Amino acid sequence: MIQDSGMARHVLRRLLSLIPTLLMLITVAFFLMRMAPGGPFDSEKFLPAEVEANLEAKYHMDESLLQQYFRYLSQIAVLDFGTSIQYKDWTVNELIAQAMPVSLTIGLSAMLLAFLFGTLLGISAALRQNTRVDYLLMGVGMLGISIPNFVVAPILTLLLAVYAGLLPAGGWDWSIASMVLPVVTLALPVTAYIARLTRGSMIEVMHSNFIRSARAKGLPESTVIRRHALRPALLPVISFLGPATAGMISGSVIIERIFTIPGLGSYFVQGALNRDYALVMGVVIFYGVLIIMLNFLIDLIYAWLNPKVRYDEKH
Amino acid sequence: MTKNTDKPVIDPFTAAMSVVDVKGRSPWEDAWHRLLKNRAAVYSAFIMAAMILLVVFGPMLISWESDFTDWDNTSTPPSFSTGHWFGTDAVGRDILVRTLEGGRISLMVGLVATIVSLLIGVSYGATAGYFGGAADRIMMRIVDIIYALPFMFFVILLMVIFDRNILLIFAAIGAINWLDMARIVRGQTLSLKNTEFVEAAKACGVNDWDIIRRHITPNLLGVVIVYVTLTIPQIILAESFLSFLGLGVQEPMSSWGALVSDGAQDMESAPWTLIVPSVFLTVTLYCFNYIGDGLRDALDPKDRV
Repeated sequence: MIQDSGMARHVLRRLLSLIPTLLMLITVAFFLMRMAPGGPFDSEKFLPAEVEANLEAKYHMDESLLQQYFRYLSQIAVLDFGTSIQYKDWTVNELIAQAMPVSLTIGLSAMLLAFLFGTLLGISAALRQNTRVDYLLMGVGMLGISIPNFVVAPILTLLLAVYAGLLPAGGWDWSIASMVLPVVTLALPVTAYIARLTRGSMIEVMHSNFIRSARAKGLPESTVIRRHALRPALLPVISFLGPATAGMISGSVIIERIFTIPGLGSYFVQGALNRDYALVMGVVIFYGVLIIMLNFLIDLIYAWLNPKVRYDEKH
Repeated sequence: MTKNTDKPVIDPFTAAMSVVDVKGRSPWEDAWHRLLKNRAAVYSAFIMAAMILLVVFGPMLISWESDFTDWDNTSTPPSFSTGHWFGTDAVGRDILVRTLEGGRISLMVGLVATIVSLLIGVSYGATAGYFGGAADRIMMRIVDIIYALPFMFFVILLMVIFDRNILLIFAAIGAINWLDMARIVRGQTLSLKNTEFVEAAKACGVNDWDIIRRHITPNLLGVVIVYVTLTIPQIILAESFLSFLGLGVQEPMSSWGALVSDGAQDMESAPWTLIVPSVFLTVTLYCFNYIGDGLRDALDPKDRV
């Protein structure tokens, strides 16, 4: 009972703290984009002054910056991200709705892959601490962390697509074959990092007193690992999932570009280059909200897995 | 004033110490011995030193200029007979010279932007940790908020919006990476400020800024060294990331990221243009990560990953 109200308070406190983060995200993105010299209509050939004035009026760019800012805030309060300037017939909502499933599929599969393989490799390295297997796994892991996405992607493409002809070199048609390269490339550094993280915390946990007690009461080693060691060992991995997602999202900008995938990352870069205010803001806010919500969820999972957090809240 | 008064107090002490025969090992010496035992870190340090020498002096020793276009040898594979040991790109420029000169930029960005992030992170973290209370809560709340933002997107926006000069790259990338530093330094400061020697300094009437500067900061050195070594590869990576997107350093300057990007376009006809800069970049990041890991194990044994 007491525990429940502690948890509820924890949830509420966390939810309230999301508001300033969101506001800051929107504000920074808005003013950063508007500070830019040059506007979205610069690339059009010679616009008569009247036409340009009309265009600016249509997108409310004739108003003061502050007016525009509050207009934008009231707009996104009802989840309307406005119209894209570059893709004339599209609203930003439609563009995001179209690109999101692609990016989400890649991101989620990569995250799942990274979590599964990362923890598995980390645990097996930890249980064989200081053996050759451990050194090999960690050496490969360090390589995985060190090789940038944009090096892995072309090299894998060269080997598997160009030379071996096993997979398509780019493009996206929702087939498994077209997903393999982008997902693997995106998952690689995160897998490696999770493996190192898991190994470190697993080693620490295996040396702690409660594991010794569990062994002393005669539990078989596999039960000790599954029932006692796993949960505390995974805590650092859980809290790493937030930064990992943020990292994957910026990685996806590169991946989508290399593999010509029509996802949110490609829209973002294109939009930024074309000063498509509404589109860029839409993507930034969408991803920002995603990261913020995810961090919130991770926080809850963490508090649920780790009773210490809940008890600390009360004092 | 304080400087003049504490000199003579310390000197008789050290004089007395040097008479005693038993020589203890300082924590720094201990750390140094732990570091030397870490073979991966030692090898990485040697490779890194060689890499720095190569990047700094290499271009002077090679007869090709980085912007010289050898029209007789466009997209030639690595060979000794043409004089282009690592091949040429599509317009006949020597890949090795370009990679080494790109390395100068990449390493320089890594160094300068790390200093930027170091200055911001340490002063921010030390201030928050030392003052504690409401100031600390507000300052760390701000860090939390910034932490949750998709930062790379803002850097991309910055690079698109402003003229891409190299100073902006330093500042923008340095500004991303100070958050971790600030958090770590703050935590360390929190535990330091309750130690006896800080209390003693307070009791002597030393003011807050002097305590931060003379007593807190030197004791932060260990963690800071570790995180600097781990920040450098992150920053080199971030710069390459931007350059790969075409948002980093601009022609005629080049960096490893830009070269990898160029190479990726020609990889089917001339894979060496991709492989050579990729190997240099990866080896550098690999070595920095291992050195940082080794330093962390040596200096901060309780917090290993």
